[in-house]
Amino acid sequence: MNLKLQKIVPQLITVLVVVLVFGFFTYNAQINMENRGIDFGYGFLSQESSFDVQFSLIEYDGSHSYFRAYLVGLLNTILVSVIGIIFATILGVIVGVARLSPNYLINQFAAFYVEFFRNIPLLLQIFFWYFAALRALPLPQDADAMLGVFFLTIKGLYVPAFIWENLNVFLYSIIAAIIAIVVIRIHARKVQETQGKQLPVFWISAGLIFILPLLSFLIGGVSLSFEIPKLKQLATTSFIYEGGLSLPPELIALTLSLALYTATFIAECVRAGIQGVGKGQKEAAASIGLNPNQVLKLVVMPQALRIIIPPTTNQYLNLTKNSSLAAAIAYPDLVLVFAGTALMQTGKAIEIVSITMLTYLSLSISISILMNWYNKKIAIKEK
Amino acid sequence: MFKYLKQLTSLVAMVAVLFTFTTETMAAKKSKTLKNTQKKGFVRCGVSQGLPGFSNADAAGNWTGIDVDVCRAVAAAVLGDANKVKFTPLSAKERFTALTSGEIDILSRNTTWTLSRDADIGLTFVGVNFYDGQGFMVRKSSGITSTSQFKDGISACTNIGTTTELNMRDFFNSKGISYEPVAFEKADEVVAAYDAGRCDTYTTDKSGLAAQRTKMSNPDDHIVLPETVSKEPLGPVVRQGDSVWEDIVRWSLNAMIEAEEYGITSANADSMKTSDNPAVKRLVGAEGELGAAFGLDNEWSLRIIKQVGNYGESYKRNIADTGILPDRGPNELWTKGGILYVPPAR
Repeated sequence: MNLKLQKIVPQLITVLVVVLVFGFFTYNAQINMENRGIDFGYGFLSQESSFDVQFSLIEYDGSHSYFRAYLVGLLNTILVSVIGIIFATILGVIVGVARLSPNYLINQFAAFYVEFFRNIPLLLQIFFWYFAALRALPLPQDADAMLGVFFLTIKGLYVPAFIWENLNVFLYSIIAAIIAIVVIRIHARKVQETQGKQLPVFWISAGLIFILPLLSFLIGGVSLSFEIPKLKQLATTSFIYEGGLSLPPELIALTLSLALYTATFIAECVRAGIQGVGKGQKEAAASIGLNPNQVLKLVVMPQALRIIIPPTTNQYLNLTKNSSLAAAIAYPDLVLVFAGTALMQTGKAIEIVSITMLTYLSLSISISILMNWYNKKIAIKEK
Repeated sequence: MFKYLKQLTSLVAMVAVLFTFTTETMAAKKSKTLKNTQKKGFVRCGVSQGLPGFSNADAAGNWTGIDVDVCRAVAAAVLGDANKVKFTPLSAKERFTALTSGEIDILSRNTTWTLSRDADIGLTFVGVNFYDGQGFMVRKSSGITSTSQFKDGISACTNIGTTTELNMRDFFNSKGISYEPVAFEKADEVVAAYDAGRCDTYTTDKSGLAAQRTKMSNPDDHIVLPETVSKEPLGPVVRQGDSVWEDIVRWSLNAMIEAEEYGITSANADSMKTSDNPAVKRLVGAEGELGAAFGLDNEWSLRIIKQVGNYGESYKRNIADTGILPDRGPNELWTKGGILYVPPAR
């Protein structure tokens, strides 16, 4: 009984202290806000926002609500995070493997890249890519077309827009190809397990994913044309491109700097993962007759991934949170649109900051859950 | 006898203590901000992160500008020394939170007086020290000389969290022009991006455009278009709920403007004590008890005029002589064709 009490009392005191501290701040905030005539409430979310945003994935202008402005910012944050994570992962894996290359030039170059980019503060890198790159890029009227259709200018990257006809048929053909590949893989595994024969699964899959969509063009009535950006004159020396898609330079600079910065950390995770697999494992795999590709795919990578995934998850979280530095270069992310403009126009500091914090928390937890699920999936399954 | 004397002294002491206590609580009741300011020995003033003419720090960290002068005037009135000001540079986004949270006591940062700001977010605007309006800057080489030449697809650089963002939308919507807003957090980044060619036009208050133009790599390459698309009365702001402090800041500004009206300058203020005009004598503290109303002595306005100067001197020193806006325009006294008109100090 006494022992039980001894265990419970400190916990009760801790809870009490936390509640009291929280209560104290809430009470104080209430009093202060009352004294200054500030109302608390989330009603403003349905009011008209009356400001425009430069770049949005959903339809939005100032006549929409603050809530819609929040969604615009959230989607822009997710967009830059997802693109950043994809590029950082690709680059990180390449550099991580390159650091282990026996080629002196390649591994030294990779080492230099890692040391250089991870030791400069991210905000400086963002400013560098934005302002240095901005000044280095040509004005729209001076831009040369890349591959005849891309235009990289100070006002953004202009790319041709796809104009589809019967897009749904094309999508169905891709879905059909994926289903066929899955079926063939299952079949191939069965064949291998029962007859010990290996089917050329990779080539069959590649063929399917290419041929089925091609058929949709030839007989499915699908057609694709491009809308190429055209130069338009606004004034004597001011031009823009019309038509096609335009990616704002803010998005490009932010994605580039986030990916280059985070890739250095991922590269180190990958290197650690591969080096963490014992040499004996590779030799054993080779001794039972696996070729080098199979050694990497069947023996080294499954073990390396277990080491790589948890720290890489951290890097994904960092990248997502770091994307909030977007505010410095006018990329309309959650912080700039919602915790910036919307906060200023409404003055609802506590409400907006709390929503923003909860949003980042949810984003981070979602990434964590996803990566933990993947980590569990590839973990050693003890039988 | 001796016993009574002892009692008497203690009674006197008690009364004295009670009396000082009551006078102090009277002052404290009047204004917590005033009391805190006097205790700290400096006025806490929020200014911009660098806008020539309004609030700008030189290499040695000395702040100058007409917004800065409002805070200096309050310091002269309250503390007797115009230099006893602690300046906090704030971005447009941070400014109101800094004021409502009590980090600063006066926000004098080219801030537009609007209904929603005044009524909604716990602020009180105390006056106007600069009548401004939003305008557009373009490159001379673009050949644009009027906003009527703007075309669909124009990109406009500006600051976030300002009335500019809202006015810009109203303006382009009313003209039916589609535009690309590029909004930065800091003014320096807006200027850098516009200067690099990211945007076709840069929009903010016209005074701001004139001031920022001086920061461009080549100021002569840019012009401010003649149209004014909004009303932007800029003025100092205080926290809601301290009406004495509000009055002190309001009348410190008004005293500067009225001093110009009556021709009182930093040079002649002392000699004006013998003036025949009672209004002049009141302003230099030679007549009336104006300071007592907000717990100050009678020479509060004299100190403002002597240490900071009147509004005209401040304007000339900060805005005209620096070449930002040599012409006073609407910021001329009502007696000289402008719209500067303040209630009488009496």
